[in-house]
Amino acid sequence: MSFDNELVQQSTERFRHGFTVNRRELLKVFGAGLLVCAVDARAVQESGGRPRNQEEERIPHDIASWIHVGQDNHVSVFTGKAEMGQNIRTSLTQQVAEELYVPVDSITMVMADTELCPFDMGTFGSRSTPQMGTELRNISAAAREMLIDMAAERIGGNRNQLAVTSGTVINHATGQSVKYGELLHGRQLVQLVPDDPPLIAPEKWTVAGKAVPKVDGRDFVTGKHKYTSDIVRSGMRHGKIVRPSAYRATLSSLDATAAENMSDVTVVHDGDFVGVIAPDSTTAMRAAKTIKADWKAPGQISERELYDYLRTKPANRGQQAGGEGGNRSNLHEKGSFETGMASAEKKIDSTYTVAYIQHAPLEPRVAVAEWNADRLTVWTGTQRPFAVRDELVQAFHLSEKNVRVIVPDTGSGYGGKHTGEAAVECARLAKAAGKPVKLQWTREEEFSWAYFRPAGVIDVSAGARSDGTLVAWQFHNYNSGPSAINTPYDIPNQRIEFHPTQNPPLRQGSYRALAATANHFARESAMDEIAHALGLDPLELRLKHISDPRLKAVFETAAKRFGWGSQKSTPERGFGIAGGFEKGGYVATCAEVAVDPASRAVWIRRVVQAWDCGPVVNPNGLKNQLEGAIMQGIGGALFENVHFAGGVVLNPRFASYRVPRFRDLPKIEVELIDRKDVKPFGAGETPIVGIAPAVANAIFEATGLRLRSLPLAPNGLPERG
Amino acid sequence: MREITLNVNGADHRLSAADDEMLLYVLRDGLNLTGTKYGCGEGQCGACTVLLDGRPVRSCQIHAAAVENRKITTIEALERDGKLHPVQQAFLDEEAFQCSYCTPGMIMSAVGFLAANSKPSDEEIIRGMNGNICRCGTYPRIVAAIRRAANDGGAR
Repeated sequence: MSFDNELVQQSTERFRHGFTVNRRELLKVFGAGLLVCAVDARAVQESGGRPRNQEEERIPHDIASWIHVGQDNHVSVFTGKAEMGQNIRTSLTQQVAEELYVPVDSITMVMADTELCPFDMGTFGSRSTPQMGTELRNISAAAREMLIDMAAERIGGNRNQLAVTSGTVINHATGQSVKYGELLHGRQLVQLVPDDPPLIAPEKWTVAGKAVPKVDGRDFVTGKHKYTSDIVRSGMRHGKIVRPSAYRATLSSLDATAAENMSDVTVVHDGDFVGVIAPDSTTAMRAAKTIKADWKAPGQISERELYDYLRTKPANRGQQAGGEGGNRSNLHEKGSFETGMASAEKKIDSTYTVAYIQHAPLEPRVAVAEWNADRLTVWTGTQRPFAVRDELVQAFHLSEKNVRVIVPDTGSGYGGKHTGEAAVECARLAKAAGKPVKLQWTREEEFSWAYFRPAGVIDVSAGARSDGTLVAWQFHNYNSGPSAINTPYDIPNQRIEFHPTQNPPLRQGSYRALAATANHFARESAMDEIAHALGLDPLELRLKHISDPRLKAVFETAAKRFGWGSQKSTPERGFGIAGGFEKGGYVATCAEVAVDPASRAVWIRRVVQAWDCGPVVNPNGLKNQLEGAIMQGIGGALFENVHFAGGVVLNPRFASYRVPRFRDLPKIEVELIDRKDVKPFGAGETPIVGIAPAVANAIFEATGLRLRSLPLAPNGLPERG
Repeated sequence: MREITLNVNGADHRLSAADDEMLLYVLRDGLNLTGTKYGCGEGQCGACTVLLDGRPVRSCQIHAAAVENRKITTIEALERDGKLHPVQQAFLDEEAFQCSYCTPGMIMSAVGFLAANSKPSDEEIIRGMNGNICRCGTYPRIVAAIRRAANDGGAR
């Protein structure tokens, strides 16, 4: 998938803040040291084959990260990526340590600060490992080569005589040594280096590829780490927003007298924006409750009509706001589906649906905003600090250089924190307060006013010859998105199309793995249906139609570990398998479910998942991601579902929106296929896509019930599929 | 607003609190003990768990004024003389976290749980911890960490 397309798919409908502000109107200061940026190798060659050495502080605009080596040998790495639990602070550190030959604990990652870090599109799309990891390996290796060259000039010796250990270059012939930092003579150097230096091959990794513990883990078990919600600024006040009655509602009248009469409380009313500022959060909440606001909400469809609506209201080209898709061609055709279907002896025709679900990150949206004259600093948990900076620039008509967004390591995102709602609201309140303000969204606000994984309808028609050969495949996805919509199976005749919906009833946005979860659920369920129609083993049918050896390998690995085929399903116990490929990652998942035929309760007992995303950078961190993805995927598979009517979320609490808990924990076994011979890819998303279809297929094996809607069993098994 | 005295982490703190102010906000905003987290405000997620006379409670559900003269313990008090509590150490050893926002509440719940049941089975751990949510899904690691802490004498 091209990056442009990925970006379109990650886009979210803009949040309406409803206020306006009157229009008004890099280089970092380091100490002595070496600042290294990688640039196109050709540019370096044009400058005479040597790295450009710039004493003046000038850095090109198109670089994605830089590294600073201090006189004390301390290394600072600057990247716009954000840490939200996916463990990139550690895994990126390992890659720098590997290439620069310095210890892990001598490296500080400066992340997701728009003033200190180079521009970054955002932390999404499983791009941190393939893109930023590769970038940092390149810079680190280039810096290492350059430092060795500088050391050779200082202590003599040729390449074969020089070795580096822990940031010290040693000449084995003479015994002389020099630390990286000592090569700098107290100067501040900026070096642009070629972006194609000799990298250390994954099979020779000694720091990358190992289970290095989370670099700042201790701060998290002691509670010392400061999330955005923990930040305190001098004189800071607390804010609270008065929310509209429904999605897309506008303010018709307001009576804020009671709040205005409260001591030390300020009411901010600007267009449709209503908020309060108070000395503490309890007073802010109390003041907001006294405000009487009347809202006018447009008529909006409810959950009951959802799937009919999604199927029957196509967006015009280029008109879809939010969710995946946009104005690209969404049709993929190969051969002739009709001709293929005409030659088929076994056919299936099935419709699958997926509900709206929410990320529900445990740290709800929160921001701290502080103005110094026209200069604005906002701390907030977001996956896209530079996009949030742009939101602030636009909302307050500021120049880019006057806005700084800082993202402390955040209480998770899962694709749900691409936007800066709390940041903009908080900045608006802080502007009125003339003091720093903290705005903490409640859980209910997060459920109601953040965005949702798009719901969708998927129609699948497929045909096979009775010898078990798939000959025709048709797949229409309405609204949920095009990620992983194409089948990885060899089928000669295909028609696959994504149909965006106009004005979807809830605010839609990205969610971990995007629509790959919905599309895998539909495809892998349909594959199971065809296998049963043909009387074939579901694994056998898949393997028969896979030519990609890596996809075959994950299926075979998972099946072997699981003991696929060694036990027969019973009415109380079923086994299911599913898998696929997306964003450079291969996954296969086997699930065992237990069913109580009397109570219709269903439990997932055991999950085995095989995974291949190329060379493994941190096996323990990767296992953690896989286990977590499976666990989170269980929620969307079995019970997570946003209920809504007329633009109002009806279950905006953990008491009514069921998320996976300890008691839902199956025995989870993950098998990592560590491929040193290919490029590394990310693992934050695709490991979530296998669990739902594997569970649906296992439920069918046990009960004969073909469940085609996610969530599968929100209140135990339904009476019929 | 009225003056109350709270005993937190072994010291008395005189502070003012509104009658409807929850312990969570007094700890976080009044005493700057920010290790205790807001997660839901409805007692459903356990991120705000502290110990009240040694037993785990949801600080978002308790009025600060109602717990005067009780012993309140927060995550900040577990580490002693630079040494982590066995439950903290076990979470670190098992890497029982991702974003870690739930971690302080998980650890406080686990400390309280182990104080009442020092040699739990896995089933007992699951039942005892079911009120705490980890959205990153690190449950298998948290169970392993509590098991490890129990074996290491985590009921300190």
